[in-house]
Amino acid sequence: MTVPALKAKDYKSGIKAVWCPGCGHFAVLSALTKAMAHLGLVKEQVAVVSGIGCSSRLPAYIDTYGFHGIHGRALAAASGLKAARPDLTVIVAGGDGDGFSIGGNHFLHACRRNMNMAYIVMDNEVYGMTKGQASPTTLPDWSNSKMTPHGTGIPSFNPAAIALAAGAGFIARGYSGEPSELTRLLVEAIEHPGFAFLQVLSGCVTYRPDQKQWKEEVHSADSDLPTDDPVKAAQMIQAGDGKATGIIYAKRFPVWQPENRTDAEINEIEKEFLL
Amino acid sequence: MSDRPSEAISKSYSVAITGSGGSGAVTTGRILLEAAAQCGFQGLMTRSAGPQIRGGESAAMVRFSPDPVECMGDEYDLLVGLDWRNVERFADELPLSDKSLILSDPAAGEVPAVLRSNGAEILEVQFKKFASGLPGGRLNMVALGAATRICGFTLEAMEAGIRAVLGGKGEEVVETAIQAVRLGFNHDHRPRITLNAPGKSDDHWSITGNQACGVGALRGGTRFVAAYPITPASEMLEWMAPKLEKLGGSLLQAEDELASINMIIGASFGGVPSLTATSGPGLSLMVEGLGLALVSETPVTVVNVMRGGPSTGIPTKSEQSDLNIALYGLHGDAPHLVFAPLSIRDCVFTTQWAVQLAEHLQTVAIVLSDQSLGQSQAIIEAPPARELPLARKVESEPGGDYQRYAITSDNVSPMTLPGTAAGMYTADGLEHNPHGTPSSMAVDHRSQLTKRLQKLEDFDFGDDWAEVQGEGRRCIVTWGSTAGVVNEVATWLQAQGSAIRIISLRLLAPLQRDRLMDLLSDSDKVLVVEQNHDGQLFHYLHSQGVLPANAESLAQPGPLPLRPGRIIRALSGGN
Ligand SMILES: Cc1ncc(C[n+]2csc(CCOP(=O)(O)OP(=O)(O)O)c2C)c(N)n1
Ligand code: SF4
Repeated sequence: MTVPALKAKDYKSGIKAVWCPGCGHFAVLSALTKAMAHLGLVKEQVAVVSGIGCSSRLPAYIDTYGFHGIHGRALAAASGLKAARPDLTVIVAGGDGDGFSIGGNHFLHACRRNMNMAYIVMDNEVYGMTKGQASPTTLPDWSNSKMTPHGTGIPSFNPAAIALAAGAGFIARGYSGEPSELTRLLVEAIEHPGFAFLQVLSGCVTYRPDQKQWKEEVHSADSDLPTDDPVKAAQMIQAGDGKATGIIYAKRFPVWQPENRTDAEINEIEKEFLL
Repeated sequence: MSDRPSEAISKSYSVAITGSGGSGAVTTGRILLEAAAQCGFQGLMTRSAGPQIRGGESAAMVRFSPDPVECMGDEYDLLVGLDWRNVERFADELPLSDKSLILSDPAAGEVPAVLRSNGAEILEVQFKKFASGLPGGRLNMVALGAATRICGFTLEAMEAGIRAVLGGKGEEVVETAIQAVRLGFNHDHRPRITLNAPGKSDDHWSITGNQACGVGALRGGTRFVAAYPITPASEMLEWMAPKLEKLGGSLLQAEDELASINMIIGASFGGVPSLTATSGPGLSLMVEGLGLALVSETPVTVVNVMRGGPSTGIPTKSEQSDLNIALYGLHGDAPHLVFAPLSIRDCVFTTQWAVQLAEHLQTVAIVLSDQSLGQSQAIIEAPPARELPLARKVESEPGGDYQRYAITSDNVSPMTLPGTAAGMYTADGLEHNPHGTPSSMAVDHRSQLTKRLQKLEDFDFGDDWAEVQGEGRRCIVTWGSTAGVVNEVATWLQAQGSAIRIISLRLLAPLQRDRLMDLLSDSDKVLVVEQNHDGQLFHYLHSQGVLPANAESLAQPGPLPLRPGRIIRALSGGN
């Protein structure tokens, strides 16, 4: 029996998104379903895991298994799931606040643990869900939040640089305004064996209307990328303007997955306690 | 009537061994316990150490008896001083009486006054001198030999004990130790013990409470653990890691407790029974995750090995002061399961029960073990395997309109696992409707809150919710590890012809209110005994309306253990 190929729309759950009209996250959802269709993923073998934020609402809109957890802990939940169920395709999604602020520690350790999963961060340089506060990727002089009326005054966080330093083997940047490239990057990220980090510039129309400018600013990364040389990748990331899209770094490292054997029974194990 | 319950009835013998860093007090205690086990005794060894990370002065306390031993007694029958440096730090943990014997090496100087003040007899043996006559001989082994004779153990039992503890260090170490033990054994003194050794049992285990919780977790089906190291829980994790690997499971050392709890939630969502172990500071970090597990109805178990709190508190000492956080730590209306093992042996059953109930009821189970159980070594009767008919309700062939959070007659909704076609859903910490779709509607919130409460309230937990001992109008209610000392007091009082009933709570939430009130209905004196400062169980029981107005509280914080005499005094109205 041949199963008819699924189309992108078959991966949509039909639940109406809560996002503001024009939010960049719509394009990410749509590109993700296209990537899934392209890869022909078996729906019930996929789990989409997220934390909390506008972006983290994504799993409910996809017709696969989903886990909408708590703020900042998506990577932890996904790592436990992948450890227990290596057969699943695990896709993790969230925002810059979720992933780099409250969940920053898990980001570091997921990069170095290198389990086989794709991590999509929809970066809008703001906390959308809580109505417009600065995030770790917000520039220091952005003063439109009442909570930081003079701007944060502290340098913003460069996610790609951190991912590289923490040992990630796949680092890419996409833009919600370039949906076909984004679909391609999502396909590559899901296919990469190991932890794949994809930062998506996904504008918040409501709290960062200035991000409409991104259309003018975003450009393709140098044609000699991706590199598998971490020193070159670091140079590109540090020297760049943070608006270059494409795969920046791709290198295969050993994928971590717990080993399980079944060569003992509990009652044998318990014998160690006998005198 | 004697006021020394432990000595009078429990047919036990208690030995404390103390010495400065490197003197080997703890090893000596371990061997003594194993030798007692070889003679057929059951027993318990606790230890106490100074603030140093490694080394430093330490004390080992060993108590053995033909009967189960679940606490330390009021006084030690024998104190072995390998040397007396810094012993003042332990003096209040080493109660002695005029019936005690102190074994001391004159070369170590005079026995400190704090230890002599109760009139204990002093017996001098030249540990150091004997040991120096033997190449590689260690004075703690000479002392152990002297103690072997005093305890009435045979040399064969002691040799087997030495092999059990030192066997891994090679034959030469074992042989030297045995020779040193002989020197101490043959020194001129006599047995001081009247207990008859029952003879070695094939059915006794030597185990710590942390290991026993590990055994219970494995028996309950746990196959994934994620955890972050913390005293005094780490040994449970260290014991489990290689065992899980052999049983088709795994242990993942997480980056922090926020990760641990969320990792086990993820793994359990994937269908694998999952657990983490921690202590107070870690439990504090996990609390938000517990709420997520509870609302998404993803089963998880947390073994919390309690230590002195709050904050970093007293990391190496026991206290039962995490009842409040276990009961009330979660925000929102968040009913879940809270258990406490009543002894090292009971760590096996209680943890198994908790894991399986979490699975069966798709909720959060917290097991409140503590340092005194977790890090003590016990000789116990092997806990028999128990088949519990409790398992996760898995929907493997969902029909057309699968509803993950369907309202069912027992309020437990069959759960699909990833990989099952037509059963896809998104688990959520957001309130949701029966399909799992986020909802802020009053009707959904109310019906899901009711579902999550009633699945626990309506479940029949059977007889295991508490251990009830004795009859009478006087009643002690206790929980967790304190049950050991309370039961000892009861056995003693009952032997004196004095009636008393003991209720030791194993299941703290949901509180089995009706069953407890039924048992308390004819009591005219109720004492609630626990090892914390504020009387957490006492206040909980009052808030649930189960205690008579004149009920009294005996709450004593760590680090010192509750001793039988303290409880006797409280029962007779003193403090
Ligand atoms: C523990 C905790 N702290 C704070 C919050 C409030 N909160 C919800 S979403 C969010 C930030 C979301 O920002 P981001 O992850 O960048 O996603 P976006 O909404 O911009 O897509 C915050 C602070 C929370 N839900 N939980
Ligand atoms: S607030 Fe911003 S990020 Fe959130 S849905 Fe609206 S546009 Fe998108």
